[in-house]
Amino acid sequence: MLDFSILTTNMDSFLEGLKITIIASLIALLGSFILGTLLAVMRIAPFKPLNWLGTAYVEFIRNIPVLVIVFFAYLAGNFGGMTAGTIGLTIYTAAFIAEAIRAGIMSVPRGQMEAARSTGLTYGQAMRMVILPQAIKIVIPPLGNQFINLVKNSSLLAVVAGGDLMYQGDLISAKTYVTFDTYVFVALFYLILTIPLSLGVGYLEKRLARSN
Amino acid sequence: MDFLAPFIEVYTPEHFKFLLEGFGVTLKVAAISIVLSFIIGGLIGTLRYARIPVVSQLLAVIVETIRNLPLLLIIFFTYFALPEIGIEMEITTAAIAALTVFESAMLSEIIRSGLNSIEKGQIEAGRASGLNYIQTLRFIIMPQALRRMVPPIVSQFISLLKDTSLAVVIALPDLLHNGQIIYAQKGSYVIPVFVIVALMYFIVNYALSLVARRLELKQA
Repeated sequence: MLDFSILTTNMDSFLEGLKITIIASLIALLGSFILGTLLAVMRIAPFKPLNWLGTAYVEFIRNIPVLVIVFFAYLAGNFGGMTAGTIGLTIYTAAFIAEAIRAGIMSVPRGQMEAARSTGLTYGQAMRMVILPQAIKIVIPPLGNQFINLVKNSSLLAVVAGGDLMYQGDLISAKTYVTFDTYVFVALFYLILTIPLSLGVGYLEKRLARSN
Repeated sequence: MDFLAPFIEVYTPEHFKFLLEGFGVTLKVAAISIVLSFIIGGLIGTLRYARIPVVSQLLAVIVETIRNLPLLLIIFFTYFALPEIGIEMEITTAAIAALTVFESAMLSEIIRSGLNSIEKGQIEAGRASGLNYIQTLRFIIMPQALRRMVPPIVSQFISLLKDTSLAVVIALPDLLHNGQIIYAQKGSYVIPVFVIVALMYFIVNYALSLVARRLELKQA
């Protein structure tokens, strides 16, 4: 049976780790949403050099391991583990969110842009006020999936001593010499975060499929 | 020229050979894991598709649990926690086992949705022509579903190649690990090493992603 004293005596550490996991994931989500939107707009902007830059970023980042990016942020920059980890996660996730947003924008019929432009809006205004609000509906489920991935990937903070849930698990197992039970509890804490998110995304996907 | 000096120091034939050896380990571990995951994931996906009572609910719980856990945790658990209950593996085996557990869950979902994408009428038609359920799956549903699954499976293989890097936490001598050994010699080696390591991952994964995209276009 599981040794629940591991959980009760180290509750503070588990909760501290949970807090950092949640904060790092939320900051990275916000950061990669902003960066991802920028990249998506760059990739479809009517200006070739911007397209190339956006495409180069997305293709390069998507095809290298997130751990390589996290290590690089940690070693090349002068940051602590949590900051470097969050920056690394943001850089990585932005590439995936950019693709989700681009797919969302592409799903809005072309005529909408032409109609908006013909009413006198500039390209930027039309994008911001007409296209993006419609695209966002389609983008929400994939965004939710990226958030789940972020929560899971935030465990990489442990590798750069970022203080997250996984890292606290490492510390507790080193202190108590009980590895098996500690990691089972760590796993349960992750599931408390990810299972409701997965169910929520599944529900949104179904609703969206029905409304179309 | 100060900026370029570490690049010149790092980019020697010996270092390249060492990094390529590491990349060989990455590719080997990823290839073995994808084959095993395809077999196990295929079995799980088919059993869930067939809606065998109890078995498919049990598999659903297992698959959802694994999919919702960080892979890093599964790797740690396999190598550091399982020995406590008497299951000991050496590094490469542990890496393959952990990746296989995680990727089997991922692939089972790809395979299940591939099977689900074939119209149900085909099963009925197969059964009506006198085939039994297993035969219908094998000769009618599977061949069509497999073709649709190939692009997402290639994408999953790209994920796997990237995910293999997580096994550096248990000191698997893969590409990232060998890169770490090189930049541990000198602080100024960090950037040159990361540039070359990232490029190696990029070249192989980008080539694979082009293959996946071409296959998708061919089917559309």
